[in-house]
Amino acid sequence: MSAVYDKVKQLLVDKFGVPEDEISPTATFTDLDLDSLDLVEFALAAEEELGVRITDEEAEQLDTLDDTVKLLEQKGATVEGAG
Amino acid sequence: MTAVLDGIGVAVPRQVVTNDDLSQRLATSDEWIRTRTGIAQRHIADPSVATSDLAVEAAEALLKTTPGNQVDALIVATTTADHLMPGVAPLVTARLGLGAIPAFDVQAACSGFIYGLASGAGLIAAGIAERVMVIGAEVMSRIVDQDDRGTAVLFGDGAGAVTLRAGTPDQLGAVGPFDLGSDGEQARQLFVETGGTRTPVVDPDTQRRRFLRMDGKQVYRHAVRRMTESSQRLLDRAGLTVDDVDRFVAHQANLRILMAVADRLGIPDERRVSNVDRYGNTSAASIPLALADAGLRPGERILLTAFGSGFTWGSTLMTWPDLDL
Repeated sequence: MSAVYDKVKQLLVDKFGVPEDEISPTATFTDLDLDSLDLVEFALAAEEELGVRITDEEAEQLDTLDDTVKLLEQKGATVEGAG
Repeated sequence: MTAVLDGIGVAVPRQVVTNDDLSQRLATSDEWIRTRTGIAQRHIADPSVATSDLAVEAAEALLKTTPGNQVDALIVATTTADHLMPGVAPLVTARLGLGAIPAFDVQAACSGFIYGLASGAGLIAAGIAERVMVIGAEVMSRIVDQDDRGTAVLFGDGAGAVTLRAGTPDQLGAVGPFDLGSDGEQARQLFVETGGTRTPVVDPDTQRRRFLRMDGKQVYRHAVRRMTESSQRLLDRAGLTVDDVDRFVAHQANLRILMAVADRLGIPDERRVSNVDRYGNTSAASIPLALADAGLRPGERILLTAFGSGFTWGSTLMTWPDLDL
């Protein structure tokens, strides 16, 4: 799994209190009990920690974590200290 | 001269509307409202009560605690004035028998109270007044579509009044510095469309568009960012860090916004003041209502921050005075 996936996982655990064992590439935000405001919060956090901007429309389209990571990587997300 | 807070008084309407009450007639639930907003109930004004009434009540509560103190200017921060003109402030000074003192309204939506404090501080610094009453007063329920579950659940009515006297920065109660800002590009995100000069209410269509509407997600996003950045700039300007802040009193719009801002600033839960569960979003009244409610101790350093329609935002610092209430 990529550095971006690991970062997303860390965000979900640290900021959203998601139990680590519930997180998998096929998990959806709904599976993880995150609501529409959490998605906005997540988009904000992605901006701050990964340097990428996700619009509300894009956030609404997000389904699985795998989709999310792909979108972030497409937008050039970088994790500090990673290759 | 520096503005020094030396009195506070609040007023809310008697009628309380709970989430369960709202769920009776709107497709919502206590659980949905609590998890999204942290609100459990809000106070709603009787139809015979207007903003000036709540403002007067809050002012009277304040004046009871400081008998004999003269007020020589009065500012009301509100978005829900009794009328388009005159403003609420002259109505209040007349009802309180304060004489021909300067009296004007400040409209900066939910940031209104902080802008009101800044305006009061300005009057004092310019030597125009020696003791300014600043009142945040709103009857939000009257500009909200009570049939719209998206907004009806969020807002409540109330008023809070403080007095600022001319003093020095070292005194308990000193207010300042300030960080204020706006972004008018986002005007339509938090919007009451008709009823002003752009589109007067003249027919059923414009009547329908007279209610508050907002893009909740956009507002959330901007509110969190702007309040966080404003607070951080303010602390930097004051040469302080978040560790110097004893209590965090943000505009009480939504518990999740409060938590997100506090989290980003690094302010621990126990220092974060919140009463949004009991009052909902009372716009310009929310900060004085929270200050009165918080059990603040003399000498505590308080960070205030707000964000509202405009968009507008503002932050300030103060130390809590010894009010002997």
